[in-house]
Amino acid sequence: MKLSREEVLHIARLARLGLSDEEVERAREQLSHILENFEILQSVDTDDVPPTAQSLALQNVLREDESCDSFPRQEILANAPQQDEDSFRVRAVLE
Amino acid sequence: MATYNNQLTIHEAHKLLMEKKVSSVELTEACLERIKQVEPHVSAIVTVTDELAMEQARRADELIASGDSRPLTGIPTLIKDVMCTRGVRTTCSSKMLENFVPPYDATVVEKLNSAGMVMVGKANMDEFAMGSSTEHSAFFPTHNPWDLSRVPGGSSGGSAAAVAAGEAVYALGSDTGGSIRQPAGFCSVTGLKPTYGRVSRYGLVAFASSLDQIGPLTQDVTDCALVMNAIAGHDSRDSTSAPYSVPDYTQCLTGEIKGMKIGIPKEYFVEGMQPEVETAMKVAIAKLEELGASVGWEVSLPSTPHALAVYYIIAPSEASANLARYDGTKYGFRYQGAETMWDTMDKTRQHGFGAEVKRRIMLGTYALSAGYYDAYYLKAQKVRTLIRREFDAAFEKYDVLVTPTSPTVPFKIGEKLDDPVQMYLSDVCTLPINIAGLPAISIPVGFADDLPIGMQIIGKPFAEETILKIAHTYQEATEWHKRRPEL
Repeated sequence: MKLSREEVLHIARLARLGLSDEEVERAREQLSHILENFEILQSVDTDDVPPTAQSLALQNVLREDESCDSFPRQEILANAPQQDEDSFRVRAVLE
Repeated sequence: MATYNNQLTIHEAHKLLMEKKVSSVELTEACLERIKQVEPHVSAIVTVTDELAMEQARRADELIASGDSRPLTGIPTLIKDVMCTRGVRTTCSSKMLENFVPPYDATVVEKLNSAGMVMVGKANMDEFAMGSSTEHSAFFPTHNPWDLSRVPGGSSGGSAAAVAAGEAVYALGSDTGGSIRQPAGFCSVTGLKPTYGRVSRYGLVAFASSLDQIGPLTQDVTDCALVMNAIAGHDSRDSTSAPYSVPDYTQCLTGEIKGMKIGIPKEYFVEGMQPEVETAMKVAIAKLEELGASVGWEVSLPSTPHALAVYYIIAPSEASANLARYDGTKYGFRYQGAETMWDTMDKTRQHGFGAEVKRRIMLGTYALSAGYYDAYYLKAQKVRTLIRREFDAAFEKYDVLVTPTSPTVPFKIGEKLDDPVQMYLSDVCTLPINIAGLPAISIPVGFADDLPIGMQIIGKPFAEETILKIAHTYQEATEWHKRRPEL
């Protein structure tokens, strides 16, 4: 079953990913093909099987809340696409 | 000149440095010369850090002169461009991070620096480590030094190709589903993916956080052990790093494997496997038997055929969350000329990411989205449990499991680029190991028409010593790892 154009656009919107018309069409083909290959899992009996999120048995790793130096402001801002004095410059969030 | 460094291992170079027969400056100059000579053909390196390397080499020579050196001091090294290096741009081979200069070092880089590293550059890779051929680099594909028309594997293809071509004595890579082992196999070098948690991931740009692990690509197993001694261990900055002590990994290289039990899981020797790979594997396994190991052929890991689907649900799901941070605000690429904030974000991600990265973000977002979470993500996590349990059961009877690293020899550049599922299948032997969080090594075991074949040795959690011991014993008895491509 091929994904609809609307489904692809819905996923793209969730992921905040702009797509050209051509990319939408390609995603419909390729994602559908990949998802078909996932069907195999539906035949596996996983009743009473707990999920594994990661392979280490560690849980709730805690540490003391100690204060330490943070990065110098200018060093962090140096990587910003746009900066304004001591701030990141972005497009208006509120109209 | 370049001739000696092209062949030298870490331990050989270290010996020469200690005997004052060569200086780190000379070694480094030779590597940089070799890079100049072969890079136009191989394209393994995104950023050559020649000035930094020479400065570090001079400092290493001072350390050596003062008698304060370690096994890695002064040895020319290449770091995969997914690990943060303070002051040196770290691109992940993506347009998104083309100009990103990290304000800090990854823990592994910090550790290597304190061991006297000479970093000659940052290695090319599939964008954000997503790929199996290094063709998904946003900058240029890397070529396999054994046949320049073929891929070096991926995603640590630059690291593997550079070590094979003598551009660095060793390299660091990262492995999420085979990204160290598969290129190590394709380029005929030695590559180790440690147990999940063995090496700190702090400063490793995240792809799939429950699967990613850093490891060495080297010319032999002894070098692999030396690099592990320097990079392994707990790190309070990575809460998934394991709080266990680290052994001296060279101590296990005894050449004594009598009575060790090797299991061969039959599911790894099925359809789609190239006959030459199967033959080379059988010869290599017979060699291990001859060296004193006992081999059991009746091992079964029945969930193996499900691993590909499990991986391609879990890894993209984690990636879709991890890559949400690239929004063009604090660092990285920003699309100029969009009207609104949302439009800027959409277009930044549209133009900053390549096709494979976008494909995986879409796939992961889909698998995590309302209505599909249980059917895909949760289901995959449950099958992940089954895959782990089967490995646990096999390791009750065997010390290690042995499989091919990849079902084929390196394929042609372009051959699988338009068929994602075919590309994904080249990692079919390596993905299950990340799913279970196990350590595994790939070592060279032969050639098919001058194209490399790798063998994978899989160990129990934190049993890196066992797989290093077996791999080392094999290399003591064979010459495959000593062959180098003609360039």
